[in-house]
Amino acid sequence: MQARQGLYDPRYEHDACGVGFIANIKNRKSHAILAQGIEILHNLAHRGAVSADPLAGDGAGILIQLPDRLFRSEAERLGFSLPEPGAYGVGMVFLPRSAETRRACEAVIAHFVAAEGQTLLGWRDVPVDPSVLGDSIRPNAPVIRQCFIARGANCVDADALERKLFVIRKQAHKELRARGLPDSGNFYIASLSTRTIIYKGMVICERLAAFYKDLEDERAESALALVHARFSTNTFPSWELAHPFRYLAHNGEINTLRGNINWMMARRHSMTSKLLGADLDKLWPLIGDGNSDSATLDNCLELLVAGGYPLPHALMMMVPEAWSENPLMDPDRRAFYEYHAALMEPWDGPAALAFTDGRQIGATLDRNGLRPARFFVTDDDHVVMASEAGVLDVPEERIVRKWRLEPGKMLLIDLERQRIIDDDELKAEIATAKPYQQWLDQTQIKIESLPDEIAPMAPPRAVLLDRQQAFGYTQEDISFFLKPIALSGEDTVGSMGRDTPLAVLSSRPKLLFDYFQQRFAQVTNPPIDSIRESLVMSLVSLVGPRPNLLDLETGGKHIRLELHKPILTNVDLEKIRRIEDNTGGTFRTSTISICYPAADGARGMRAALDAICTNAEQAVRGGHNIIVLSDRLVAPNRIAIPALLAVAAVHHHLIRGGLRTEVGLVVETGEARQLHDFCLLAGYGAEAINPYLAFDTLSALRHEFDKELSEAEAHEAYIKAIAKGVLKVMSKMGICTFQSYCGAQIFDAIGLGADFLDRYFTGTVSAIGGVGLDEIADETMRRHRLAFGDAPNYRDALDPGGDFAFRVHGEAHAWNADTVSLLQHAVRGNNYRKFKEYTRLVGEQEKALISLRGLLDFDYPADPVLLAEVEPAREIVKRFATGAMSFGSISWEAHTTLAIAMNRIGGRSNTGEGGEDPQRYKPLPNGDSMRSAIKQVASGRFGVNIEYLVNATDLQIKMAQGAKPGEGGQLPGHKVDDWIARTRYSVPGVGLISPPPHHDIYSIEDLAQLIHDLKNANREARVSVKLVSELGVGTIAAGVCKAYADHVTISGHEGGTGASPLSSIHHAGEPWEVGLAETHQTLVLNGLRGRIAVQVDGGIRSGREVVIGALLGADEFGVATAALIAAGCVMMRKCHLNTCPVGVATQDPELRRRFNGTPEDVVTLFMFLAEEVRELMAKLGFRNFDEMIGRTDKLKQRTDVDHPKARHIDLARILHRPDVPAGTKMHQCETQDHRLGRALDHQLIAACRPAIEKGEMVVVDLPIRNVNRTVGAMLSSEIARRYGDRGLADGTIRARFVGTAGQSFGAFLARGVTFEIEGAANDYVGKGLSGGRLIVYPPHASKIERDKAIIVGNTVLYGAIAGECYFSGVAGERFAVRNSGAVAVVEGAGAHCCEYMTGGIVVVLGETGTNFAAGMSGGIAFVLDESGKFPQRCNLAMVDLEPLADQDEHIETLEHRGGDLEMHGLVDVVHSLTQSDAKLLHGLVARHAGFTQSPKAKTILADWERYRSRFVKVMPIEYRRALLQIQARTRAAERPEVSVAVGAAE
Amino acid sequence: MGKPTGFLEYQRRDRSYEPVDERLKHYREFVRPLSEDELRRQGGRCMDCGTPYCHTGCPVNNLIPDWNELIYREDPRTALAVLHRTNNFPDVTGRICPAPCEASCTLNLIEDPVTIKTIEHAIVERGWAEGWVEPVVASRRTGKRAAVIGSGPAGLACAQQLARAGHDVAVFERNARIGGLLRYGIPDFKLEKSVIDRRIAQMRAEGVEFHPNSNIGVTRPVGDLMARFDAVVFAIGSEVPRDLPVPGRELAGIHFAMDFLAQQNRRVGGEKLAAPDILATGKHVLVIGGGDTGSDCIGTSNRHGAKSVTQIEILSMPPEHEDKLLTWPDWPMKLRTSSSQEEGIKRDWSVSTKMFTGKDGHVTGLSSARVEWRTSNDGRPLMEEVPDSDFEIKADLVLLAMGFVHPVKQGAVAETGLALDARGNLKADTENYRGSVDKVFCCGDARRGQSLVVWAIREGRQCARAVDEYLTGSSDLPR
Repeated sequence: MQARQGLYDPRYEHDACGVGFIANIKNRKSHAILAQGIEILHNLAHRGAVSADPLAGDGAGILIQLPDRLFRSEAERLGFSLPEPGAYGVGMVFLPRSAETRRACEAVIAHFVAAEGQTLLGWRDVPVDPSVLGDSIRPNAPVIRQCFIARGANCVDADALERKLFVIRKQAHKELRARGLPDSGNFYIASLSTRTIIYKGMVICERLAAFYKDLEDERAESALALVHARFSTNTFPSWELAHPFRYLAHNGEINTLRGNINWMMARRHSMTSKLLGADLDKLWPLIGDGNSDSATLDNCLELLVAGGYPLPHALMMMVPEAWSENPLMDPDRRAFYEYHAALMEPWDGPAALAFTDGRQIGATLDRNGLRPARFFVTDDDHVVMASEAGVLDVPEERIVRKWRLEPGKMLLIDLERQRIIDDDELKAEIATAKPYQQWLDQTQIKIESLPDEIAPMAPPRAVLLDRQQAFGYTQEDISFFLKPIALSGEDTVGSMGRDTPLAVLSSRPKLLFDYFQQRFAQVTNPPIDSIRESLVMSLVSLVGPRPNLLDLETGGKHIRLELHKPILTNVDLEKIRRIEDNTGGTFRTSTISICYPAADGARGMRAALDAICTNAEQAVRGGHNIIVLSDRLVAPNRIAIPALLAVAAVHHHLIRGGLRTEVGLVVETGEARQLHDFCLLAGYGAEAINPYLAFDTLSALRHEFDKELSEAEAHEAYIKAIAKGVLKVMSKMGICTFQSYCGAQIFDAIGLGADFLDRYFTGTVSAIGGVGLDEIADETMRRHRLAFGDAPNYRDALDPGGDFAFRVHGEAHAWNADTVSLLQHAVRGNNYRKFKEYTRLVGEQEKALISLRGLLDFDYPADPVLLAEVEPAREIVKRFATGAMSFGSISWEAHTTLAIAMNRIGGRSNTGEGGEDPQRYKPLPNGDSMRSAIKQVASGRFGVNIEYLVNATDLQIKMAQGAKPGEGGQLPGHKVDDWIARTRYSVPGVGLISPPPHHDIYSIEDLAQLIHDLKNANREARVSVKLVSELGVGTIAAGVCKAYADHVTISGHEGGTGASPLSSIHHAGEPWEVGLAETHQTLVLNGLRGRIAVQVDGGIRSGREVVIGALLGADEFGVATAALIAAGCVMMRKCHLNTCPVGVATQDPELRRRFNGTPEDVVTLFMFLAEEVRELMAKLGFRNFDEMIGRTDKLKQRTDVDHPKARHIDLARILHRPDVPAGTKMHQCETQDHRLGRALDHQLIAACRPAIEKGEMVVVDLPIRNVNRTVGAMLSSEIARRYGDRGLADGTIRARFVGTAGQSFGAFLARGVTFEIEGAANDYVGKGLSGGRLIVYPPHASKIERDKAIIVGNTVLYGAIAGECYFSGVAGERFAVRNSGAVAVVEGAGAHCCEYMTGGIVVVLGETGTNFAAGMSGGIAFVLDESGKFPQRCNLAMVDLEPLADQDEHIETLEHRGGDLEMHGLVDVVHSLTQSDAKLLHGLVARHAGFTQSPKAKTILADWERYRSRFVKVMPIEYRRALLQIQARTRAAERPEVSVAVGAAE
Repeated sequence: MGKPTGFLEYQRRDRSYEPVDERLKHYREFVRPLSEDELRRQGGRCMDCGTPYCHTGCPVNNLIPDWNELIYREDPRTALAVLHRTNNFPDVTGRICPAPCEASCTLNLIEDPVTIKTIEHAIVERGWAEGWVEPVVASRRTGKRAAVIGSGPAGLACAQQLARAGHDVAVFERNARIGGLLRYGIPDFKLEKSVIDRRIAQMRAEGVEFHPNSNIGVTRPVGDLMARFDAVVFAIGSEVPRDLPVPGRELAGIHFAMDFLAQQNRRVGGEKLAAPDILATGKHVLVIGGGDTGSDCIGTSNRHGAKSVTQIEILSMPPEHEDKLLTWPDWPMKLRTSSSQEEGIKRDWSVSTKMFTGKDGHVTGLSSARVEWRTSNDGRPLMEEVPDSDFEIKADLVLLAMGFVHPVKQGAVAETGLALDARGNLKADTENYRGSVDKVFCCGDARRGQSLVVWAIREGRQCARAVDEYLTGSSDLPR
């Protein structure tokens, strides 16, 4: 593995992949199973990745049962003999290439084998063929040997030997890591077991069997084969990180890894095991640092299994289902999970886990079900499970079951019991093995059940003011947070970007909270929608000691305290304080003050902190099991230590002592008031937080509220908003449970020194170093002095703050009256002198350290070049783009002004997430064009159809946005006017939700798939991925490049927004300098830099900043806010209120008239910027822009900074130049090979020429396989380029496929095309469907009932705009998610069906999963609810359920009209709204029957009267209101023809 | 802000004036305030900008959005406190400030700005009426002594801040009464002197000592102050007027505007006049200079009962409407008509005076010519006389209102030996306001050159902070 250098840090590596297995249920071993495993691996190859070296894969592997026959004969050959199976184990050992070190490694193994009382029988050289390895891999490949160990006398059975082998392996690893022999990094024991063996390595999937000769050896036999193809973000060879691990292979990501590791360390003191006994101690450290999340997960699982947990039981503990908010769960199972919640915090994150111990094999999915897993069972006792369907060809008639793994569910095959155990049976068995409910009843105390207490009253105003000041309250805390929050119960929203200095650069005293930025999910794991998918979220917090993890027996003894949410009212806190009296002494609470004498000054803080830690430790050792850290005693002579510092210090102190799980940590603090504060306190270990001063403040403010609120109501609203906000922050990282968020440290520090962090925030990193305890203490001291001093401006008022709006005595802002007006005057007057005045001001601001780049200076060479020799400005401006702002967030006028300007100069404007009015695709009479070159593809997919895609120069996948990374968005109904609705293919007046994740991107290989889809849809466009700067973004960018993106954007946290929570604008993401430098360095290290263009954006305002960006590694530049200002924006920061007084960020026609921007002004801005760039290039000696990229040697950190905080910053890591061979590409100069050559569409297009060119009818028949991905997109692009959205006449092209289609079948399928499959399809069928028709039904040979078999995968019809679908079978999760207008019939669906739907019709002729219609604001659904359970499964937050109207005569009418519907698929929703549901439904079912021959549909039609009454209509409330309004308006206008048409019009 | 959509719903409404006939009969203020309801709505027009241009448009950085909001929410008492946080004398600026804040108001970009000045005025007058304006007595005394020379707006603001920081402050004024330019330069019809008196009362309660009739450097040596005080602040204003050295300048009937205005202010204030009367009654008055002082001369002349009043300006006539896209939020050059000009005036622009003509030693008119302005290559304005454009203007009282060049150097400045900058102002920077001599500080027009009262207040406040830092090592006073 590449070592840490510059900003690259291997800890940020991510991986994801394809996983699969095959097993013989009867445990019959054969070589065929192994061979089929290899075949599965082949067919998953596209889910893995390769690096610059085409033979250097990211890793592939296979786990099988010990091939006893092979080893027995090999042992004979080598001169030793093996005892009977079970009495020996085999180790698969990767050894260093140096013979000397290798011998040392072998000796160490031998030593521990002997020390543990076992017998080393001998070694075998594993036969391999190194010639199949990639050139970059071969030189460093390990030497691979197997060791054979026979059971010693101290082991009674195979289980005992298995445990000993575990102990031997752990010790050998530890010993060798400790010795640090040269080249010993290669040493790794892939497996050491009596039952299983793993063959894995840095080999591409197709070559694994060629590399390991054993795998092709007929003597190698197994009853199971578990395989894995890895896609790593980086390409640094690492044999050990290939999957499978000893017990599992993983597809996904563990988001809470840091916290999980900490909590594992924390329980060392309290952990004992009957089974392991003294051996337990030899296993530490349980988890090797630098392992991947999957390896760590495996480490923990292995410990639990060794400690005696059955394998499925252990997995249920680690990756529990969502239980706390699930009323449908069986009580025993619920008790099981609730009980285990105290034992183990969830390992939270998307995960499809395939696991085996050689006797059982199975798979489980995390609670969100975010990874795909399909399986089938054959009538000859085989089970095949894989990330995709179609990985193994099996005759259809042999298949007896075809299903998918559902969220939170487990599939287990017990080879010893020789049968499949399904989720219900398995979990019932495990959940009733012990009396968990009884144990809970004996031990669980809920805070509500404790006797009521009385809270202290709020202090008088003067004291309140002093305290507020001591904790750094500003007027903005009141006006932007506490007041609006108490009134609305929601966290507050703001707009535009953060343009204030980082805390470490600010000259004002900042709270410690401000030095941390929230981390968030992008690409490698999805964020979650904590509102629409609240059923998986949980804020339950358990306070107090945790039981011994390895105690399986005495569960009814350990008392626990459960909180519904981790924010405590003053009453709650008193209850906890007095808990000893009320629980008979089971709980003992110790309150430790975190205040110390003011007389000790700032320098006294260190000793005070030490004392607090010591006190805490003594309290634990003295039998206290809850600690309350409190700053209530703050006073003129007592300084409060920042609460976050105190919490983190105590938390880590107790972890280091192995004591942390023996005590609960509660904080009572006046400091916490904004959402971010609570997140940090929890993230660094506080299990509960009491913000007493926020409550006191609300109590005092109450009289200023516009509405009557009791004190309790105000407090309650505040708690509610914060709780909701915490969930949202958790979900940004994809974390579902507070328990696993607590202590997970999901933060980057920025501007804190390594010593400080290592000591108090262990595991947290700042890329730029920074201040230490002394400076933090100084700031605290300054606040304290002001609070209790006599300064006139603080006598009766709080500090103005000025973080959220400019204030003269508040924080500095880059955009202020001077910079905005100078820039505007300069461009409007076309006055370059004025522009230079403006950039001089910007330069002064930078010198005064408003941003990190202010710390940089150019290192000018002695030999500048002449300005005339420098590349002309008209070339440089082509590197510029404006920001992604949707038509909707900004006005038509502003949006088109930017587009015209950028088109004039050859730069690029961006649609943002809102589609584009097709009239903009046509050039204007004067030659201008309003077409946005960059078409954004964001999570809402509004308006993303094939016409939109083919009209793009760049296609930008927005993974995250600088102002609100990890969050979705919402356009409220009142902002959706006719025009916006039209471009977004929605209905005016209906709110539109952009989900937090792209539902077709839950991991890196999914992103590769979407890139592939888009490239198919428009081969000429560059595909770009927009990321937000955070630590680790470089590795993600490397992954993005390996996923074949042509372009990547790194957005800084300064980026703007039309509306985001203030906490996100200010506290998420890093400056672009950090992310850009890391990206460039990592790409260069990987040899990938030349293949991808890097763009940077986020607060770029001057030529100097452009040049700094280039020197740090950017090819291109996004300039959004400055461009908007040139077009008239005055930084009102009122975008979210729709009251923009200059007509930029508003849809109000009155205000839009005030817009005064012109394309000329915007052009002038960019020409000026380029001119300034040229001047700097000349001084720096560059003639050509490309030469400048990545030249950090031309930058130096300023040495003249005497800022008390900023002088501690070290930018060496940002300025690092990776040490790479000469000739390594440093800027984008190559093109990606998108591997479109093999696309099935080439055959389709060839066959369809007559249709495309002449509109003739064409019928094509083709076989299809899972490796045929994105079929139809390229064909559709050909159609859309010629005919736009109109497409072809219905029925022009008909393509019939046989087989299992790969992912994204029928993506963006154009009008006039019908695709039909006999077989099945995978995920993302009909993504972005653009008017085409999709029909999928099972093979005629299939024996399974269609409504019990899966037919299409997850996330089908995502972002579909129009078209029709008929799927004769069950769909996976999230069917028709974000459907804008397609009509679909399906015979069953998984969870979250119709999520975020805004239009179209979905008919489900069978069972659905839970959370149906979450966030569904439009469209309608009909569900056949035969069991009557549907209402429980439907999320009723936005929809009503109603029976079908009794309107039989309409069916008659329908029949008489001769099947209008049949002809056009046109569905008149307005009409149906009032009278003809039955007609509509009947017609759709009839079509379904006609297209798919569905038996179910036929049954329904045959007995229509009976079935009709069993259908439930799902009607979004807002949608109905909007439709009725439209209807009323239409009638008023007397235009009865007009209606809203959904479905395939024409 | 109060109401996010207030600016779309309410029109700008401002204070009105007494009719010209009425107001010309007296020297009192003639502004009619808005009703409370209307005021509240006007406050509601404020948009609470994320970047409040008014906030920096205002030299004292008044917290304009904050008090607009408070007025809208009907909390005038807090509004008063917020107003006083940045401005010692909002009752003065609320009357006579040209309100650069309103020019910079975001609403002014597109339409009519918020009536900031009117709201300011209303807040502070309400405060006085309700008895909410109280002395702010320092809770502890430092024992340090500071002298302030000059009792104009800079000196008074400085003195008040220093007193509030606990220092013993003495203010020295060469005139008989305290107030400097506020009292003697500005006519009562724009600023009634009781406004100053009540502030002096407040400052007395805060511990400031006043020494009128103390012309430092003339009647009392500076050395005296330097010996007795720990710090000495020069806030002596910029009193030397710009002259017009053309033939005939020596004729009787040609006066500097300030001589004319100060005399009238003394007359209204009941002071004895030392010099002969300068009266416009029955005369053809010519005012040279188009600024505020010129306007004051016009208003005063009309109240005297002048036969005619003419005002000439050497600069060209500014446009009626500025190009807002190129000027906002800066102070625009545009045609403005002051309340005094409304009262009866002939105005002429691009007029250069070539000589005064007279009879019997008394002025009777002047010979003038047209000029044209253009911009030089390096962006500076250039003036050229239009050939053959000479004409005569009849006048028997000429008032020179062409601004002030620098402070008076004789006396205190000379005695102290303070360094001057290139323009003849006292040399000091705005970081620490230190003069070139130890423990001397300089602020206001004397340092900055002639400017607005509001700038003087800003300088006085900032200088006080610098003095406080100098005296005690640190300062809690706001900058």
